[in-house]
Formats: sequence, structure tokens, C-alpha cells
Amino acid sequence: MTTTPDRAAAAATEMETATATARADLAQVTEPRARFRDLVAAEWVKLWSLRSNTWAFVIGALAVIGFNVGTAWDTYRYWTAQDARSRADFVRDGIPLSIAFTANAAMVLMLALSAIGATAVVGEYRTGMIRTTFTAVPARRSVMAAKVCVVTAVTTVFGTVVAAASFGLTQAVLSGRHIGVPIDHPGALRVLVASALLAPVSALLGMALGTLIRHSAATMTANVVILLLLPLVFSADRHWAAVVDHALPTGAWIRLVDVDRQPVAYPWTLTGAWTVYAIWALAAAVVAVTSVQRRDQ
Amino acid sequence: MIEVNELTKRYGGTTAVDHLSFTVRPGHVTGFLGPNGAGKSTTLRLVLGLNEPTSGTVTIGGRRFRDRPRGLRHVGALLDAHEVHGGRSALAHLTVLARSNRIPRRRVDEVLEEVGLAGARRRRIGGFSLGMKQRLGIAAALLGEPPVLLFDEPLNGLDPEGVKWLRGLFHRLAAEGRTVLVSSHLMSEMENTADRLVVIGRGTLIAAESLTEFAARGTRPTVTVRTPDPAGLTALLTGAGAVVRQDADSLTVTGMDADRIGELALRHRVLLRELTTRTASLEEAFMELTADSVEYLAGEAR
Repeated sequence: MTTTPDRAAAAATEMETATATARADLAQVTEPRARFRDLVAAEWVKLWSLRSNTWAFVIGALAVIGFNVGTAWDTYRYWTAQDARSRADFVRDGIPLSIAFTANAAMVLMLALSAIGATAVVGEYRTGMIRTTFTAVPARRSVMAAKVCVVTAVTTVFGTVVAAASFGLTQAVLSGRHIGVPIDHPGALRVLVASALLAPVSALLGMALGTLIRHSAATMTANVVILLLLPLVFSADRHWAAVVDHALPTGAWIRLVDVDRQPVAYPWTLTGAWTVYAIWALAAAVVAVTSVQRRDQ
Repeated sequence: MIEVNELTKRYGGTTAVDHLSFTVRPGHVTGFLGPNGAGKSTTLRLVLGLNEPTSGTVTIGGRRFRDRPRGLRHVGALLDAHEVHGGRSALAHLTVLARSNRIPRRRVDEVLEEVGLAGARRRRIGGFSLGMKQRLGIAAALLGEPPVLLFDEPLNGLDPEGVKWLRGLFHRLAAEGRTVLVSSHLMSEMENTADRLVVIGRGTLIAAESLTEFAARGTRPTVTVRTPDPAGLTALLTGAGAVVRQDADSLTVTGMDADRIGELALRHRVLLRELTTRTASLEEAFMELTADSVEYLAGEAR
């Protein structure tokens, strides 16, 4: 096939024009307004599209409820006192409420939820998914804020369900010996709320540490140190140690579920304990959202 | 259009990218070449704003990519096919990405169809082969129909049919007026893929030009000669100014063309059994140009 130079040139010009038009179209990217709720929806799908997360929540819930109901069952089984006086003492000392959410159950809850919170972030760093995420959404802080919202909402619901189920089941078991208390018993609601909120506080702590550390094992270790080890080290019998203990989430939970009010060396207020909860949650959220901005991903 | 300007990235004492400047234009498939450790992946991360440059700037469509609230409609990128969570299905992975950028669900089905993963959409990514993961990454890059596309070593793990398909896709995207940048450490992969090249070595720019210009650069024709008297011919040709390398059963001559070698041989009555001119391939041009900048060299240094 032969083509005259003129015709070839004309064809070339035509092609160039066509390409130029296509380029002009491409230069103008039409884009819907960026909405935060799309990021929240994406994080929601991200969380629930991993079967491991569903399992972590189910097993965590069963373990926590199991610890509490087990303790209630033990109390029921080995209850020998026959008189009304012992029963009244038992209730007055607040023991039904300490069985409603035991320290062991709180420990399991903190470990499980801090791990779930950490995994929400570390899971992305471990796989490299974080780079895919931040390439799709360069507004890193918005991504992390959406993640914080989803994790907070889900774990708050989780904590509420687990604490309510624990309360209902343990008191039902105890009422077999007439030593259960209703939810309007003094301090009962506080125990329930404090234990429920321990879930989002732990999860947010895990997220913040995960964002800073980015490695699974080290993050879990840091979680354990803050939630379990430090409260053991800083016992509440010296002033400075008591101050540190009171500033920890675990210390705050212990204060909030303490209905009996045994005299302690350095007492502190309920408001103080709620504030500690709030500060940990808020500080963790801020760290998780802001620390991704400047670091290389 | 991607504009890289005096881009530098240092990690502690090592300089991964060193005052790199080049432009990637729309309407072409541009190959991004360099030996292992040349700084290709670092450069791509800097382009996408994942890493912050020590100095210099890079813009996509005239803007820093990091300043855009959502990315998929501006740039589609496949950095590393493994950078996905193996626990999700292909469908869930793409749904997450589409949802975050307000891209309709229908696009997810379209791109899955386009890359040939529609049948595996509900399978966990963890069970995918590398080739399938590459296809998934390409699907993610195509989601937002962006004007700029970046692919880091996308041909790895693809079967010949997949390679052919992907080359076709690159050409189609470029023909639509999009900017397509494809990285590789193998020149042979680029020969039928790219029409322009950006070559880097040890973080610095070696070449940024069309494929034909690049090929011409490295062309130092050699002539292969077989003769029953290699010693005699070597002396003869060296005497006339050629450089001769003696191999097992042939001589490789540079600096003299086949005509002249034939003439000399005839005049001195040396019998020739073979006389072949070989022009250097793109691969050789690439090797020659990057020889000084190869980071990890097997065996002895050249």
C-alpha cells in the first residue's frame, strides 16, 4: 500500500487532533465531592470482610462472659450459708457486682480488644495494604479518623453487649441462691458502663500503639505492658506509685467497679477515674490519626 | 503528566534517589528501567507521596498527589501485588477501594471482568498466584479510570498470554491519551511494551528518551568471524586498528566493519568461514549503560 506524503501528513494531523481531544478530556477529571462517610463505609467493609475479626469478637465475647458466669456458677455451687444474714452481708459487700464483671474477665477483655484495635492498623502495615490504602486515599488523617470511628463504634457495642450479658447471666445464676442484684442496685450501672467502655479504651490504645510501632509482636507487648504489667508494678501503697496507677486505664477500671469502698491509702474520685478513661481514649485517637501524617509509609 | 524535578531521597547515609529529573508524558507507554536497587520503587513511592522526598518535587497533573483528598480518579497504581490483605476476597478488596473513592459498585464488576478475575471474585486473595495478584492490582489501578497509571514490575508472574494481554492494555491506555509508566529491571520486557524509556541507575538518571534513540545509543556493531587461523587474523586485524577478542571458536571484532575485514582477509589470503555483523540489542545497550551502576553484581566485578 502506498500513501502520498500529503495524505500521510493529513492523517497524522487528524490523529494528533483526536489524541489532543482525548487528552483534554482526561485533564479534566470529574470527581464527586470527597465525603468522610465514604471512608467510614470503606473501613466498615474492611473490618467485616476479614473472617478473623468476626472470630476474634466472638471468641473474646465468649471468654469474657465465660469467666464471669464461671465465677457466678462457682459461688452458686459452693454456697453453704443458709441464713438471710449471710446473704445480706454478701450483697452489702458488693460481691454480686464484682462477680458481674470479674478482674479476670477485664484482663481478657483488655488483651483481646487491644489486640483487635492493634490489628486494624498493624494488619495493614504487615501486609503492605497501607500503601494501597493511602494511594487510594492520600488524605491519610481522614483514613485513620474513619478507622478510629469504626473501631470505637464497634467495640463500644461489643463492650456493651458483653457487659450486659455478663451482668444478666451472673445475676441470674446468683439469684438461684437469692444473692443476685437487679440493674438498679446501687453501683450496678456504673460497673456495667465502666466494663463496657473498657472495650473501646483498650481497642483505641491498641490502635495508637499499632500506628506508632507498626509491628505485631512489639505492639502486643506494649499493650500488655501498659494494661497489665504497669498496674502490677505501681501498687497503690506509695503516693507516687498510686498517682501512676490512677493514671492507667486498668487502675481507672478498678476504681470504677469498686462498690465496696474498702479504705485505701490514697483514695480518688469517680470523676477522676472517668476522666482517665476519657483522656486515654482521646489521646489514643489523636495519636492514631496524626502520627501517620509525616512518617514515610 | 508526571513531572519529577531534582528529586532526592536519603535514608540515613544512603542516597536512594539522587537529583532525579524527568517527565512522563501522556499518550505514551513509558518504561522505567534500572537494575535491582536502582531506586525505581523508591521513586514511585515518592511520586505517590507515600514517602517524603529529602529535597526536590514531583507533581502529577501539576499537583502534588498527596494534596488530593481522593486518589483513584487521578492515579491508578500497582506498586507491589503482594500489598493486599490475604484474608479478603478479591471482591471485598476492590469494594473497599471503590467505596472509599465513591466509585460505583458496577465498576468493581467491570474491572474484575476486564482482568479476568470475575470467576475468582469470591476467593481469598491469600490463595492467589502471583499472576492473579498482579491482575487484581491492575484491576484496582483501573477502578477510577485515571489519566495517569503507574505499574511497578507488573509483568512478574504473568504467563505469556497474560503478558500479551497486559501489553495490549498498556497500549490501549496510552492510545486513550493516558500517561502510562511501567517499571522493570529487564530490558527485554520493555522492548515490545514501551515506546519511551526512563533509565536510572543508583538513583540517578541515565537516559530519558524514545526507545529508538536509546537503541541507537548502545549500538556498537560487532563482527563475529570464524577462521582456521585465528592467531594470524587477530594479528592482521589488530594491526589495522580493530579490537579483537578471541573466543572458543570465533573472534569478535569491534571497531571495524565486515566489508573491511573481508577485504583484509582476502588480501592476506586468510580463509574465513563466517563473517556476521551483530548490532547490539536493546538489552546490551541497557547493560552497557547501567554497568557502572549495578548494585548487586554476581561473581567478579566487570
